[in-house]
Amino acid sequence: MTVRVLAFARLRELLGFGERLVGVPEGTTAEALWSQLASEAPQLAPLRTSTRFARNGALADGTTALQEGDEIALLPPVGGG
Amino acid sequence: MAQARPPAGLSAQPLDVQALVRAVKTEQHGAVVTFLGTTRETSPDDPRPVAALEYEAYEAMAVPEMEAIARETRERFGPLGIAMQHRTGRVELGEPSVVVVVAAPHRGAAFDACRYAIDALKSRVAVWKREVYRDGDAAWIANTPS
Repeated sequence: MTVRVLAFARLRELLGFGERLVGVPEGTTAEALWSQLASEAPQLAPLRTSTRFARNGALADGTTALQEGDEIALLPPVGGG
Repeated sequence: MAQARPPAGLSAQPLDVQALVRAVKTEQHGAVVTFLGTTRETSPDDPRPVAALEYEAYEAMAVPEMEAIARETRERFGPLGIAMQHRTGRVELGEPSVVVVVAAPHRGAAFDACRYAIDALKSRVAVWKREVYRDGDAAWIANTPS
């Protein structure tokens, strides 16, 4: 199945995209998606603990099961203001 | 008078504080507090002088979160008008990157509510900041807890 991945700030720069459709196994989790992305961009790995996930605009934890067409955002620590 | 939908949002254009004051102030309000966060030359994380800040946001989360903070602020501090806006894109030195406006019957609630709202915004809203230094280098800067 396919999910839409959004990456912001430093994560966007390290991944080389702000938005991309990514093929993942059925029933995969946000955590497994992260691991899949980190296997292609190893420099991501140390940022896991500071990264939060959002699924379709709401914060979600790593065990969240993903559905076809989900929008999964990778959120670094915020820096507004 | 409760606002149905508080003015809260992102703007790629310079922030208009007076427009926000006009949007929230009524004849029931005797105090207006505005907070402006402006681009500063000195970085907390880097000795090099800052030339500008660049902001990016996840609008689909940032705007609803700002609206939630506005609702919470009214629940905590009583009948007040509140608006907030955050810049996106490049903000030159000295320019405002964020504005929070609170209009309340009295100054105590206006100051307290404005402080609450800007602290919540800085810790929760999906906005990211990149410092661009005068030497052309740049770095992403996360907020520290207030």
